[in-house]
Amino acid sequence: MRKWWLKDIVLLIVGLAVLVGANYILQVLPIQGMAYYFRVIILIGISITLAVSLNIINGHAGQFSLGHAGFMAIGAYLSAFVTYFYASPYLEKLPEGLNRLVLQNVFFLGAVLFGGLCAAIAGYLVGLPSLRLRGDYLAIVTLGFGEIIRVIFLNVEKLGGARGLSGVPAWSNFIWVYFFAWMTVLVSMRLIKSSIGRAFLAVREDEIAAEAMGVDTTRYKVQAFVIGSFFAGVAGGLYGHYLAYLNPAMFTFMKSFEVITMVVLGGLGSISGSIVAAIILTFLPEGLRMAKEFLHMNSDPRMVIYSILLIVLMLTRPQGLFGRRELWEILARRKDTVPKETRDQDKGKMNRTSGPSISE
Amino acid sequence: MKAADPNAPLLEATSVTIKFGGLTAVSDFNLIVRPHELIGLIGPNGAGKTTIFNMLTGVYRPTEGEIRIAGVPTVSFKPYQITALGVARTFQNIRLFKDLTVLNNVKIGGHIHYKYSGATAVLHTNHFHEAEAIAEEEAMKLLRIFDLDSRARTSARNLPYGDQRRLEIARALSARPKLLLLDEPAAGLNTGETLALMKKIHEIRDRFGLAVLLIEHNMELVMGICERILVLNYGRTIAQGPPQQIQQDPVVIEAYLGEPAGSEA
Amino acid sequence: MQTFLQNLLNGIASGSIYALIALGYTMVYGILKLINFAHGDVFMLGSFMGYYGARMYASVTHQPGAPAPSWAMAGIILVFAMLVCGTFGYLNERIAYRPLRSAPRIASLITAIGVSFFLEFGGQFVFGPDPKFFPTLIEKHRLNFFGIVTTSYQVIVLVVALIFMVMLQYIIYGTKFGRAMRAVSFNFETASLMGIPTDRIISTTFIIGSVLAAVAGILFGLAYPKIDPLMGIMPGLKAFVAAVLGGIGNVPGAMVGGLLIGVVEAFVAGSSFSTYRDAIAFVILILILLFRPSGLFGKAQAEKV
Repeated sequence: MRKWWLKDIVLLIVGLAVLVGANYILQVLPIQGMAYYFRVIILIGISITLAVSLNIINGHAGQFSLGHAGFMAIGAYLSAFVTYFYASPYLEKLPEGLNRLVLQNVFFLGAVLFGGLCAAIAGYLVGLPSLRLRGDYLAIVTLGFGEIIRVIFLNVEKLGGARGLSGVPAWSNFIWVYFFAWMTVLVSMRLIKSSIGRAFLAVREDEIAAEAMGVDTTRYKVQAFVIGSFFAGVAGGLYGHYLAYLNPAMFTFMKSFEVITMVVLGGLGSISGSIVAAIILTFLPEGLRMAKEFLHMNSDPRMVIYSILLIVLMLTRPQGLFGRRELWEILARRKDTVPKETRDQDKGKMNRTSGPSISE
Repeated sequence: MKAADPNAPLLEATSVTIKFGGLTAVSDFNLIVRPHELIGLIGPNGAGKTTIFNMLTGVYRPTEGEIRIAGVPTVSFKPYQITALGVARTFQNIRLFKDLTVLNNVKIGGHIHYKYSGATAVLHTNHFHEAEAIAEEEAMKLLRIFDLDSRARTSARNLPYGDQRRLEIARALSARPKLLLLDEPAAGLNTGETLALMKKIHEIRDRFGLAVLLIEHNMELVMGICERILVLNYGRTIAQGPPQQIQQDPVVIEAYLGEPAGSEA
Repeated sequence: MQTFLQNLLNGIASGSIYALIALGYTMVYGILKLINFAHGDVFMLGSFMGYYGARMYASVTHQPGAPAPSWAMAGIILVFAMLVCGTFGYLNERIAYRPLRSAPRIASLITAIGVSFFLEFGGQFVFGPDPKFFPTLIEKHRLNFFGIVTTSYQVIVLVVALIFMVMLQYIIYGTKFGRAMRAVSFNFETASLMGIPTDRIISTTFIIGSVLAAVAGILFGLAYPKIDPLMGIMPGLKAFVAAVLGGIGNVPGAMVGGLLIGVVEAFVAGSSFSTYRDAIAFVILILILLFRPSGLFGKAQAEKV
């Protein structure tokens, strides 16, 4: 038997080493205000996780969800519930040292996965009944669901209610954030190149034809929701433990809109598009902040410019940056343009197919 | 599965009726399809031919009557469950996965045979590589049969019309059906293409040991290749029998506005 | 019984505002199949035009500070807000939506979200992010019907909303324009082949929807005088829910849906679950869509195979 797991183990070790190295370099870089850039870089990592996970639901399976913030909230609150009430008090009793640091990260990983799992369960519960709906109706139901989740957390006094929950342990860091961003991208890329991904795409393209080809459309729609919500929940856990604070107001449908904007801007269905758009759209408001400081303006025009850019981008490129293709596919196509030859080949083919004798 | 009776019917439809509101679209439809048969379903527009396909494949649920596929009653089945029983179809108005490659279209056709769990897909286990290799090989084999292998990596939407029709058949075959339902496979094709298609249908029937049920407007095609023909009018089966008999049937001639049955419907 | 009637009255008042906004959503969706997310913010714009209109009125008539309430002023300000919002609605469609009409629907949806952000953040930028107090346009009286306490405002909200809804009903079912509009919403292509000037119909639909949102904005300012640039988000969403509830694209449905949501919300707000007030509209929505996906008055449409 081939040892299929060997390659992945090596990949994992190398990846982690790269992350640790990058983390070290970013922290020692002698750039003024690096702490601030570092924060932006971490927020970008969380955005990537969110955008790529929503792309599974919206871009690959073609199910229009506007409730991503809701799943994110579930992951954020429930992972914080574990660390805030159980893991953190337990660790405080231990002496400082390596032991405690390792344990803290183990607990954090557990808590984030638990948050993701809860979000995935919620995704299943929402998905199962509401996926009978199509298009805009599904969109509005998921939006409503996200709002319901938010209002519920607004009313859970134990988790801070409307005041918010401060003192969430700040255990999230560059390595964790980018580890999970990487995992999201990896899972998404492997899924889309598998029978499951093909089933997602079939559902997106034509549900009736997909059913006729033996694809259980409901099952795959729910699966896309479950996978997407899991990573949304993970992103929520990373977010809360990075800001060390949670408030239901962080998870309004504005947040969902932000994520969907990334996915559409990158090109629905394009994983690399989602990544690039997540970087641009997370960086943009921060970049505009610098412009604002430079111009010495009093009131804040950042979000106004952001919204105008969004409108202009959609008007000029409604299919998003990369369309449905991936960055590397576009680059590859640029390289092998041998126009004459291919044109001739195509002509030959056309003749063959439209000619009267297409036997064998 | 019962002990293999090679001649056991693949499909039995017994007094199938469907009503949309007050309108009876199909009434008292009966059909038995045995292995290796090539049956034509003809009739004027609106006679209920596609509706019958939609009932047989689980898109619509009949108001009355029974449908059995390989002996299993399927009236309450969903389309994908019916596909798993060995029935695949094409559509009158081509329904390819337009933005996907030709190859992926065919691979999705074989979904029930190649699918595996999410963990397999994400971890790239040995089973994943095996399943994908088989999927690739079988899909390419089908594409070669339909002369589409050189276009495997292009999007389905970029294929010429005739190729799209043939790709749809290749995709349906990928499900390894025992019964293939073709909904107007020659619609929009010219005479030459139609002739070639007739040959092709015969060929795949023999090669894969299929039964084929065919809706067609093109009388030449139906008369040329079908061994048995059902004529539908206003949802009723008005005639049934071998082509020669149908051609002479006065009821059929009348249904086609008195024109000789050999001409275009 | 008394609290029941009290809640009912409050609910009908806020519900009629939802209904006015919902009409804009449902008309635009009926024609373009576009969820115009910016519509709730047009409602906000209407409120702010009322606020600035009153200040301008005061400076033109040389009244120091707040202008004295009068019916004439209220009328002028209402028309002013309607004009501004109508113009905005026209420009919005012309600039942001029309070029995307043949693009994938999600592109226009994102643009709508962009326009919505533009109004919200532009509002914060221009009007300032802090809440403002809507001026007293008309004198407020307390009314007492058999023990139910209400204000003249609630009555005004109800009457004005009703007048505009009746007018809209007349426009849609009694005029040539209305017939054209229904034709366009029934089948866009066929309508344009029949010589209906679809572009003009769509522009007019946007203008009418925005004008109704302006009316809703003024009425909202009267009844709940604290206004801010983000005030359009929640009522906008709930109005959309109301439109879906009534069967989207269906004009009387939007009115009924709006009233229904207003009333249910008022009862929840008056109960011990008052903190769940903002969620109840969505709970109703989900239940309705699960059991009757086409909404209360919508027609189910099966896909042709």
